[in-house]
Amino acid sequence: MHDVFQYAVDAIGYGSLYAMMALGLALIFSVMGLMNFAYGELIMAGGYTIYLMRHDSFVFIAIVTILVVTIISVLMERIAFRPLRDASPITLLVASFGVSIGMQQIAYMTVGPIPKGIPPFHFFSHTFNIGGVSISNLEIATLVTTIVLLTGVTLLVNRTMLGIQLRASTEDFDMARLTGVKANRVIISAFAITGVLAGFVALLYVSRQGTVTPTMGVAPLLVAFVGGVIGGLGNIWGATLGGFLLGAAVTVLQASLPVHLSSYTQLFAFSAVILILVLRPNGLFARRAAREA
Amino acid sequence: MELRKLLKLTDVWAHYGRVAAIQGLNLRVEEGEFVGLVGNNGAGKSTTMRVISGTLKPSAGQIEFEGKRIAGRSPERIVRHGISLVPENRRIFSRLSVLENLQIGTSGRRDRNQARGEIDEMLERFPALERYRDSPGADLSGGEQQQLAIARALLAKPRLLLLDEPTLGLAPLIVDQVFDLLAQLKSEGVTILLVEQNAVRTVSVADRVYVMRSGGQIVFEGTAESMESEGHLQSSFLSI
Repeated sequence: MHDVFQYAVDAIGYGSLYAMMALGLALIFSVMGLMNFAYGELIMAGGYTIYLMRHDSFVFIAIVTILVVTIISVLMERIAFRPLRDASPITLLVASFGVSIGMQQIAYMTVGPIPKGIPPFHFFSHTFNIGGVSISNLEIATLVTTIVLLTGVTLLVNRTMLGIQLRASTEDFDMARLTGVKANRVIISAFAITGVLAGFVALLYVSRQGTVTPTMGVAPLLVAFVGGVIGGLGNIWGATLGGFLLGAAVTVLQASLPVHLSSYTQLFAFSAVILILVLRPNGLFARRAAREA
Repeated sequence: MELRKLLKLTDVWAHYGRVAAIQGLNLRVEEGEFVGLVGNNGAGKSTTMRVISGTLKPSAGQIEFEGKRIAGRSPERIVRHGISLVPENRRIFSRLSVLENLQIGTSGRRDRNQARGEIDEMLERFPALERYRDSPGADLSGGEQQQLAIARALLAKPRLLLLDEPTLGLAPLIVDQVFDLLAQLKSEGVTILLVEQNAVRTVSVADRVYVMRSGGQIVFEGTAESMESEGHLQSSFLSI
């Protein structure tokens, strides 16, 4: 029985990480119709920032990492996506792949392909035992961070003028502009929010993995993206929940499958995804189909 | 007294791909006027609205508003210039509450505090909107959504209000209410450019009417009275 609770603790931790990633992806998709495949590279950039500052205090590392990732996210919009604002969705998609590969290549050329080890943050390593279930400060920090950030985004989206403009833009971007909403401001804000989320994800994800590589963002991006699709990318909260559920499911499968089947974890997880999408093509919680071009 | 020219379209062309939806359109709206733009389906009326509001870039020609060239400017910039659009099919934000829909209407204004006060005034003016203040826009009937779309546009404090087929799909009783509202706005001095398929009603309230034919070509410009002498137009467009 305590295995079940242990799986639950682990699942909540990873699920929370992917929930934050899926939220970031869904926010950009909702506003721009862009599936930003370079989002994983924001986490990679955060990872290398942590690596370069690995001997500094955790608080300083956290502040700088979140700042750097947010700035990169905003620059990504300004340099790569704004010039293509009126382009077709396919062009935007190809551009996001281009940015993703470009950032990976920059990492290869500057820091090299060899994985870089990051010493664990002592605070996160501490674990305590409740009824046979081991819970680390990292798990608690992940859950608390997710709750705080999701609450913060919820308040921003529901209680501020920017939030109203963001929600209007996710529903009908062209009409929002016809009411005077500044397109650039809304989109930059969405990228800034996703940058902040990615910064926190980088801190928590690197703390779990212990290493950084140029392609470290690819795997979590895939899970977050697919999780978002399950939830319905047109609904940012649905996508967040989808990211959480898939992240949690993958974690539970990894831990619970027999050893000889554990390498098929993703096969089982994504088979379930295919089944869900056959039954609900627009996702479990989507209110409408993919954003019109 | 000569009225100030507010909006002027000069030889405007607009294309959808290779198809010319508007060819050499000339149109003007003077301050305080209520101008109607009527014509058959596909004449180019809504395209004209799209070009003025900035959602479609004209391929040629010039659009001036209060003497400033606005052709090709972004929609949000055109709102800031003082032009507000009530679009075809209302396009309210169905997931936002009525109050939030109205708040969005103030996005282009710098005087936010005053705008907040005017939202309350707008809710008083439209009791149906006050009733559904915190409900999502999707809960409103067609007529109420039209009121919301008009209220939202008015909160931008436009010097020119564009309305694109505001009575489309509405019951006759609601159509009457919409035209009563437009007549009221006219009496308050709001400058209006109305696109409507309901040509009879439009002619009855407008100061001046343009009749548009396929390709955005103006075949008549004048008052309702002068239209009476154009019998073929009346029979074509007014079903008289």
